[in-house]
Amino acid sequence: MRTLALLASITLMPIAALAQVTVSSPWVRATVPGQTATGAFMTLHSAEDAKVTEARSPVASVVQIHEMKMEGGIMTMAAIPSLPLRAGQDVALKPGSFHVMLMDLKKPIREGDDVPITLIVETANHLRKAIEVHAKAKSAATASDNGH
Amino acid sequence: MGTNRRQAIGAMLGLVTLAGCNGGSGPGAARHKFNSVDISGGGLGGEFHLRDPEGRVRTLADYFGKVVVVFFGYTQCPDVCPTTLLRFKKVMKILGSDADRLQVIFITVDPERDTSEVLKAYLPLFDSRFLGLRGNAEETAAAAKSFRVFYERLPGPTPTSYVMNHSAFGYAIDKGGHARLLIPHDLEAEEVAEDLRYLIET
Repeated sequence: MRTLALLASITLMPIAALAQVTVSSPWVRATVPGQTATGAFMTLHSAEDAKVTEARSPVASVVQIHEMKMEGGIMTMAAIPSLPLRAGQDVALKPGSFHVMLMDLKKPIREGDDVPITLIVETANHLRKAIEVHAKAKSAATASDNGH
Repeated sequence: MGTNRRQAIGAMLGLVTLAGCNGGSGPGAARHKFNSVDISGGGLGGEFHLRDPEGRVRTLADYFGKVVVVFFGYTQCPDVCPTTLLRFKKVMKILGSDADRLQVIFITVDPERDTSEVLKAYLPLFDSRFLGLRGNAEETAAAAKSFRVFYERLPGPTPTSYVMNHSAFGYAIDKGGHARLLIPHDLEAEEVAEDLRYLIET
């Protein structure tokens, strides 16, 4: 066990040194049959300055990072080329700001489903790392990560 | 919400707002001070001719005698629309038995993807009394025009992955079918419930 752990830490070290990004409370809004898009939410934390340049998921043909803005009572939603992660700061993807938009869904997402999402993170020195996220599908009528 | 902001929102929509004034809907009556933007007599039509998920034609006249809250959105929106529906779910709970004298209507700005089946399954997730209405492109445009609602479609990488931008206000219509309030998206459920209770009880 100890050897394995040591081996693992040696193998992972160069990757960890690239970008220590942690993901907490990932969830996806479940859909009803016929609904072809939904959003994924989570909190990201990077030890160093980095940015999320891409998101992928096997459940959807089109995956983008969206920013929601409210201007003069008009809700606008638009894909952003990358999501900046400031060193040591939490970046919340939540209703009212950013979300991973999953579009052209291949099938409805049911409550309780495990939705795999891959985030591609790029550090300031252009090193790239794929981060695997498993987002749990919650009811469409969910307000935030704690489900209140 | 400050008077300046209320007036700015009203002006933006080309509506006459009387927030902060003592206008009065009846002779000598002092105007009730709402948390929402008061648009009584402001010229908002608030008419629609759409279909419910069972295919029945629905117009505002079907709901005379009830207070009606209308807002526009689309179910593919993962952000503001479900947040607004959740707020109205909370409003229904606060209103208790008065909630039966309120009809919440969600009008889709995306009838292409929001089919009757989608609306029928989606709205009850929030409250079984919520109603989703849709029309064809012309009927949707006519309803939006009557409420002075802005919406636009922004193309995505595939023909079906477009997004919609749209006004995120709610509109309260009194029991006589007159548009009374513009409900900002960030008002608390308690504030909205207080306003609606007044309209229900007067």
